[in-house]
Amino acid sequence: MVSACPFFENQYSIKMPTIDYKKLSVPYQTSVQKVEMGLWEKLYYPEVTRGLLITSGHFVRNMMIHAAHMFGLAKNQRGAVTYQYPEERRPIHRRLRGRHRLTKKPDGSERCTACLLCETVCPTHCIYIVPEEHPDPTVEKHPRQYEIDILRCCFCGYCVEACPCDAIRMDTQVQELSNWDRTRMVYNKEYLMRDVAGPGAPPKDDPPIWWLK
Amino acid sequence: MNTNTEEKTFTRVAEVIEEDVPVEEMFLNLGPSHPSMHGIVRIMVRLSGERIVWSDVEIGYLHRAFEKSVENCTWNTAIVYTDRLNYVSPIINNVGYCMAVEKLLGITVPERGEYARTALSEISRIADHLTAVGAAAMEVGAFTAFLYTMKAREWLYELIEAACGARVTTNFARIGGICADLPYDFMDMCALRLPEVEKVVVELDKLLTRNRIFIDRMQGVGSVDAEHAVAFGFTGPLLRASGVPYDVRRVTPYSVYDRMEFTVPVGTTGDCFDRYLVRLEEMRQSLLIVDQCLKQIPAGPVCVDDPRISLPKKQDVYTNIEGLMNQFKLVMHNHGIQPPPGEVYVSVEGGNGELGFYIVSDGKDRPYKCRCRPPCFPLVQAIPYMIQDHMVADVVPVFGSLNMIGGELDR
Repeated sequence: MVSACPFFENQYSIKMPTIDYKKLSVPYQTSVQKVEMGLWEKLYYPEVTRGLLITSGHFVRNMMIHAAHMFGLAKNQRGAVTYQYPEERRPIHRRLRGRHRLTKKPDGSERCTACLLCETVCPTHCIYIVPEEHPDPTVEKHPRQYEIDILRCCFCGYCVEACPCDAIRMDTQVQELSNWDRTRMVYNKEYLMRDVAGPGAPPKDDPPIWWLK
Repeated sequence: MNTNTEEKTFTRVAEVIEEDVPVEEMFLNLGPSHPSMHGIVRIMVRLSGERIVWSDVEIGYLHRAFEKSVENCTWNTAIVYTDRLNYVSPIINNVGYCMAVEKLLGITVPERGEYARTALSEISRIADHLTAVGAAAMEVGAFTAFLYTMKAREWLYELIEAACGARVTTNFARIGGICADLPYDFMDMCALRLPEVEKVVVELDKLLTRNRIFIDRMQGVGSVDAEHAVAFGFTGPLLRASGVPYDVRRVTPYSVYDRMEFTVPVGTTGDCFDRYLVRLEEMRQSLLIVDQCLKQIPAGPVCVDDPRISLPKKQDVYTNIEGLMNQFKLVMHNHGIQPPPGEVYVSVEGGNGELGFYIVSDGKDRPYKCRCRPPCFPLVQAIPYMIQDHMVADVVPVFGSLNMIGGELDR
């Protein structure tokens, strides 16, 4: 027999269970309740009325809540599940992986030591780093150039997990990544180090929750 | 004169009708980008009147070379590719792949990790079934039911976002466990949201199950008997609708499913209506499983504590040299996880059926071969059998009840 995998000996080592489908029965097996078309279903109208009662129940409830909102009541209840997006934002969980940011040392310089772990682990190869010797002799290396091509990024978060010095985080919660120009979607070091302002801005010096194992 | 022409025209029209109406068969393309073809797939049908006499399916529009791509990335980064298989329930794919690699490595995941995996797998299974039932209902005219299911799916995605950090491309499981412990408010969020999802399932039942329009469109359409279903290679809700109680969670229990109490719903005739009923019942059972998981979940680690497999704690990485070294060793090329040479096949119950991963390792840091057994593929190959001699309008409920996911079908 021609060997498909030349590097291990016991070929076809997988034993698949043989299952006789005609005799197969599992514990806790139930059969679904088959609906026969009886007089009730054939009449058509009672079921339609029942469906309409459900939908109109939703409608009336939501309308009452919206009316109560106009008078400043029942603010803690939502009238509709939809969000009026640009004005009103969905509450985002703090764990959500948004746009990256490079963290800074107390003196304002980047924390990154250009160890290239994030570039190595990135499945889409969207990080590009040019290391450089740091002018300060007590610091070994730092990135001269740190670019993230956000168009290629798949937001898996491996760079954050791989970083050994807490230099890159994805906690900005910025999701609106758009531009008129593709070249501007390659974020450079200065852009990534900029403080994020606006509704998604993280609190300063928050603990890296994502990494707690 | 006038009367003559009138007569002539009349006879000509009649001749035309007589000659042209029993026409030859008409060829019709459904798709590739048709609203009822979710994903991109092309169904070619040949019609005699409105009856389908021949049909064929063309797939491959979403082919991304999953299996080849995985060969070119390390064992851990391959999890990112599995997200994109069944993008409605990505956590099940993550878990399936990681279980296969864990079997190759011969390690067991800590209890808490297993329970978290199970709970989130079931949450994403509910999301998958909600999408399938809602979309199928929308295509036969029940748009309200679709909106209600999407509402409930959004709540489930919020839970997934809280646990994984993303709604769809979750990247949740890791080899040896999960990426991070469940957030501390996860139980409260579940306690808030899951009863509401249950209410939506009950409402869906009330809206659809006894509605005559829905029954007329679904019942007796696209039925597959048990023998044909097995011969085609069906798994999942479609096989169970045909009357075979095959559920990977019960037949070969993995993870903690042997400790869960749930029933396997089984249909009789295997038509679209049975598939709908099976999915509806499975959603209820999945809600029960999530409930049990969250009640039984023990405290403890979520990932194996093995420096060759899982990344060290950040505390160690920042403070001592061993942690830092392990971190580099696991990430660097040719140094990461290196399972012993061998082959494994592990299957999990995905949203559409048995999702299997056959993995061959040659002892290096990336898979030699990773074959994915997509549950959709056997279902789609049976479309010509299911819609033979049906009307054109029946293609839509049949296709909706398959719940074809392009990412998984074409890989």
